[in-house]
Amino acid sequence: MSEKNEKVFGTIRALALKIQDFFSEVPLLGWLFGMVIAVVLERFMGDVLADILGLPKIPVLFGCVIMLKKPLLIPSAFIYVLMIYGLPISIIARLSSKIMNRAAAKLLDFPMLISVMIHISLLYAVLYLWSDLSAYRVLTLKLTLIAIMLTLSLNVVNGYMGEFSCSHPGFMALGAYGASVFTVVLFANDKIFGHAVLSPALGPFMFPIALIVGGIVAALGALVIAIPSFRTRGDYLAIISLAFLFIVKSAIENLEFVGGPRGLSSQPDLASLPTVFIWTMACIWITNNFVRSTLGKALNAVRDDEIAANAMTVNTRRTKIVAFLFAAFWAGVAGGLFAHVLRYVNPSTFGLQKLAEVLAMVYFGGLNSVYGSIVGAVSLSMLGEALRPLEIFKWIIIPLLLILVMIYRPTGLIAFKEFNVGNLVKPKNKSGKRV
Amino acid sequence: MALLQVKKMSHEFGGLRAVNNYNLEVEKGQIRGLIGPNGAGKTTIFNLITGIYKPTEGDIILEGKTITGLQPNQIAAYGLGRTFQNMQLWRHMTVLEHVMMARYSRITYGLIGAFFGTAKRHQQEKENEAMAYDLLRMVGIEHHADQIVLNLPYGDQRRVEIARALATEPKILFLDEPTAGMNPEELIQMMEIIRKVHKELNLGIFLIEHRLKVVMELCEMIQTLNFGQVIAEGTPEEIQNDSKVIDAYLGKGTLA
Repeated sequence: MSEKNEKVFGTIRALALKIQDFFSEVPLLGWLFGMVIAVVLERFMGDVLADILGLPKIPVLFGCVIMLKKPLLIPSAFIYVLMIYGLPISIIARLSSKIMNRAAAKLLDFPMLISVMIHISLLYAVLYLWSDLSAYRVLTLKLTLIAIMLTLSLNVVNGYMGEFSCSHPGFMALGAYGASVFTVVLFANDKIFGHAVLSPALGPFMFPIALIVGGIVAALGALVIAIPSFRTRGDYLAIISLAFLFIVKSAIENLEFVGGPRGLSSQPDLASLPTVFIWTMACIWITNNFVRSTLGKALNAVRDDEIAANAMTVNTRRTKIVAFLFAAFWAGVAGGLFAHVLRYVNPSTFGLQKLAEVLAMVYFGGLNSVYGSIVGAVSLSMLGEALRPLEIFKWIIIPLLLILVMIYRPTGLIAFKEFNVGNLVKPKNKSGKRV
Repeated sequence: MALLQVKKMSHEFGGLRAVNNYNLEVEKGQIRGLIGPNGAGKTTIFNLITGIYKPTEGDIILEGKTITGLQPNQIAAYGLGRTFQNMQLWRHMTVLEHVMMARYSRITYGLIGAFFGTAKRHQQEKENEAMAYDLLRMVGIEHHADQIVLNLPYGDQRRVEIARALATEPKILFLDEPTAGMNPEELIQMMEIIRKVHKELNLGIFLIEHRLKVVMELCEMIQTLNFGQVIAEGTPEEIQNDSKVIDAYLGKGTLA
């Protein structure tokens, strides 16, 4: 039995290596190009193909939902995904690898920024074309992008700095309410806040300010816990931050002017996909800049040995407070976006469930890693949506997955890895190394 | 005036007087040693001078500036570098990152630079990296620069610690048992490094050591500590023949 297993695993591993080898020359540009083609294909051919295969409509999330709802349609959904995404992406990426490598090399003659911008625009094109087909996809995508911001900012405290902070949903709530009050007062006619002060046409221009206001409100909240709690470490901070989460939640529940437990609605529709996308990219860029600078690596020094860090001229107190406020700011911005995506917030959203979700994303994806946060946030929010038809069993499968990851990779899937954008956009040579 | 002066420093842990009326003067370019039996309070004196503990009484003056009661990072930035007895390295960081981190106080690009990756930041990080490589070359481990520090052999980890302390640009360097746990070969290499660092940078060095060979060969002046009190002070020869020192190490008593 075990010998047989061994054989099967051996074959699978050999196959995987072969596949890896086959695609080793494809640069990121090639993959993005393949994806653009695939989503364009879906746009024009999706309906027809779905019809031929007997699917009720275009599968929204790579066929997962349909497969779970109607097991009989599994083969059709599978073929659909293969025909629309799998084959076109891999074939085009492989075939175009020579041209794309040359293009990627050419782009590096210009400043790095141009190459990065082209990659990001391609990524945006893919996401836009993919999500444009259904409102559900747009919503899922926006929430996933917001989850990336949340996870990344929590990773700064829990991963890079090695503290265990539980107040992230609290910061998110502060940001959500801060930004919402700002926009509702200025741009919306509301029962509580009365007529709009400014013309709603100004909304899109003022929205960044609203988000920054939300972020600053969250950062001020963080300051309230940072000052007393950074005299303590470990479990104490976890408890203090958890207490803060409950304080924020019950404070909002009891504040009548923001709607109390009924929540706050009538936010103007400002969080469009490009807005959310741009803010997420900004969050990734700034966080990645921060953690790769010596000032940011001071967080790692504080985590690994605070006394040594202090003796090596690192201002540990300042470092910790900056990191905490930084994380809270981005959680606040994410909260502001969240409120404007759903156009309704109520305090019970920001409870323990949300905390568990964000913590799971951080620890699943990988500590001390921007890559890990992106992977964790995307995979868990996609999984959460894809397994939705399973209802209650979803909450058995996802935790089981988490347990498996914790057993086999205790620090998460992609932990302690530097996210070097410069390397990412480089062309690749035969051995798969970026040149 | 001496580079570092410690005047009448005392420290109590609860009711225990760990250090009593301790005085020290280190001149520029001088190597001084501190020896004593286990538990005599040597590391406590290091921690008091470098700011990890605050002395109950007394003054610490570095280049005419009183540094008593300042934070360790401030004291380090004023030019007092140190290593630790049990090598407190940062276990997830590379060798190069260790040395660059110790340049923290020289960084002027600020948070704006850190967040947005300004030209000033890239400039400074580049300079710091070049300087870090110089220091790594000085202690002979530049080929390990990109290694995670825990993957290095023990002797090399000690060198990382010295390079890290040097990166703070100290005027005076405190070494807490730099040769602890080393084999004879590593010991000789470490002594060479200390001599080299001393000669090239003209530092004042103050070191705690258990191995008499190291202390006798390196130090110009030695203090012997027992129960928080200096019981003898002098050149290596004087200390070697001091009856109080011998008593402190070997115990006093008559053979029955």
